[in-house]
Amino acid sequence: MSSATMTVPGFALVGCPNCGKTALFNALTGHHQKVANYPGVTVERKEGAMTTPGGTTVRLLDLPGTYSLRGRSPDEAVTRDVVLGRLDGEPLPDAVICVADATNLRLVLRLIMELKALNRPLILALNMVDIAKRQGCEIDVDRLAQELGIPVIPTVAVRRGGVASLFSAIDSLAARTAEGPTGPIRWREPNSTEIRAAHKEAERILKACAFRPGDQKLTGRLDRVLLHPVFGLLILLAVLFLMFQAVFAWATPVMDGIKAAFDLLSGQIQTMMPDGLLRSLLTDGVLAGVGSVVQFLPQILIMFLFIILLEDFGYMARAAFLMDRLMGGAGLHGRAFIPLLSSFACAIPGIMSARVIENRRDRLATILVAPLMTCSARIPVYTLIISAFVPRTEVAGVLSLQGLVLFGLYAAGILSALAVAWVMKRLVWREVAEPFLMEMPAYKVPSFKNVALGLWQRASVFLQRAGTIILAIMVLIWFLSSFPGAPDGATDAAINYSIAGIVGHWIQPILAPIGFNWQIAVALIPGMAAREVAVGALGTVYALSATGDEVGAALQPILAAQWSLPTALALLAWYIFAPQCASTLAVVKRETNSWRWPAILFLYMITLAYLAAFVTFQLAQWVMA
Amino acid sequence: MSLSSIVSKTIVGGSSAPDMRLGQCPKGWRGTVCGLTPVAGLSIPWLEMERRLLEMGFVEGARLEILHDGPIMRDPIAVRVDDITIAVRRADANTILVRPLE
Repeated sequence: MSSATMTVPGFALVGCPNCGKTALFNALTGHHQKVANYPGVTVERKEGAMTTPGGTTVRLLDLPGTYSLRGRSPDEAVTRDVVLGRLDGEPLPDAVICVADATNLRLVLRLIMELKALNRPLILALNMVDIAKRQGCEIDVDRLAQELGIPVIPTVAVRRGGVASLFSAIDSLAARTAEGPTGPIRWREPNSTEIRAAHKEAERILKACAFRPGDQKLTGRLDRVLLHPVFGLLILLAVLFLMFQAVFAWATPVMDGIKAAFDLLSGQIQTMMPDGLLRSLLTDGVLAGVGSVVQFLPQILIMFLFIILLEDFGYMARAAFLMDRLMGGAGLHGRAFIPLLSSFACAIPGIMSARVIENRRDRLATILVAPLMTCSARIPVYTLIISAFVPRTEVAGVLSLQGLVLFGLYAAGILSALAVAWVMKRLVWREVAEPFLMEMPAYKVPSFKNVALGLWQRASVFLQRAGTIILAIMVLIWFLSSFPGAPDGATDAAINYSIAGIVGHWIQPILAPIGFNWQIAVALIPGMAAREVAVGALGTVYALSATGDEVGAALQPILAAQWSLPTALALLAWYIFAPQCASTLAVVKRETNSWRWPAILFLYMITLAYLAAFVTFQLAQWVMA
Repeated sequence: MSLSSIVSKTIVGGSSAPDMRLGQCPKGWRGTVCGLTPVAGLSIPWLEMERRLLEMGFVEGARLEILHDGPIMRDPIAVRVDDITIAVRRADANTILVRPLE
């Protein structure tokens, strides 16, 4: 019956942040969820289909958490626009299910008053009643329903069967929506007098329902340690260190395994297929491309495991509290700390985790500076050049000069990230830091199901969306580096005759002022795939037959003999800022839903890279002359 | 209009005790909200700031307790507002006029 699918009613889930709305959404829809972005905005859209035991099928839309319909952030504006039917391509919801944390009712009552002005069928799912009972929190549910004039259904989203009563409420809600709308939308933005009045009314309702807030002793006790000016910071550092360590160390064996599997597959193809274009496309283009994407997956999963656990536990708000003053100096929000730190491993999970920042410009600034943090892909390039050019001497008897240079490169990355953020926020957008006004939720034990679902969603979104773009770019770069092929009797490496080689020779005069020779210029083009690929590409250009890690060792004496020290230093300076990572650009495109931000990212980074290399090269030449 | 005249206008109730600003109170301090008033250097327009504070529960009469303060310059602060905990920067909390618990 096709008309039935056309008329599946759409219900919207609305609630304050931290009310367990997503857990309820997960409990109702299971894994039947579609995660995408709203067109034109960096806000995640989550929709799921569900059928109640009573046979009602509805589409559920999980809207971003909000304290009011005024739409203070882009996320909250989506919630407002959807429930008002103002968002293009998004039908007006047939009914609204408001979700509330039973232990924390005060602020949601005001939201319910705003939602009632929508004149849509409305019910209140009183979530986490199990925790409320345990904390000695009390509320007269029948009286609450009577005072609010809407059905109130107690639920426990994280327990099996905890939403049974909500199913029958959804059945009757669907029956009501079939009767048509109850009246015109009367909502308008409340002014401060109306908000004050609504609070008075909420206070009266809470009193009438004999509301007793839950006991917060455990949260208070934990906070005394976790927010302690000294121990709190030490614990935060320990958590971050563990996270950093996990992403770096735990992911490596899996990543090596994935890489080995792809190498094996590539080797199989090489032995089974005759040498030719198709073989090259499959091994150097498709497999190398897919492999480089899938390789990131372990890091991303570990990163998000930590982030989801910390978020669900309630620690993320505490980390932001501890770091706010430090990040605020650069014009960033306290929450920007986690994405920036994880970018030391790889900018991709870092950029994806910038979702924890609510304010759009704070999020954009964080995304734009995340690639300046020294990621692990720069390490092969840094070690190659440092070991070829920096003498193995010691400074002050204990510190290795090579180590100091590496540390200096990391420090330059951090400082430039903070500086760029400051310029973006204070000079370009002329913004003073957004007010930091954040509820500190009570600590909760994360539920296994929600964590697993969250991880699964991150993984599939990453593989589907970023994977397609990255793969396309990899194939393009393979094409540029392979066509046209070397002529008969060619003496140089084949890449010199390809489009990449031609472009490399063509741009070499532009790179001459920063001390790059044509070999570097040519290597920069396949190096676009990922920064560490530049090492392999240099090997190709210098016509080395070695592969993998051997390239670095074989290349080192050649570079030491052929490059001048200013050239080497200029290349190091270039790589602090170098935008050469197609995957990062693809993820920025995915996260911001537009090509504008990856374009800005690429342009500003390449400009800084050029300037830094220019200054380094000229200065080094002048000093050495 | 001078700041003090704005302050005196927004104060509700007629207690003789001088009002304090929440941003200047130490950790452990307890009291109630007695008014909201603009200060210089806010990052967003006052009418918006006022509504945000109200929405987070900083309404006249709300019971307050400063539970924690941040590691740098004792900023921001975590404030118990009735039965929820809100983090706010001291600069923004200076818009909240308060009276200590008797």
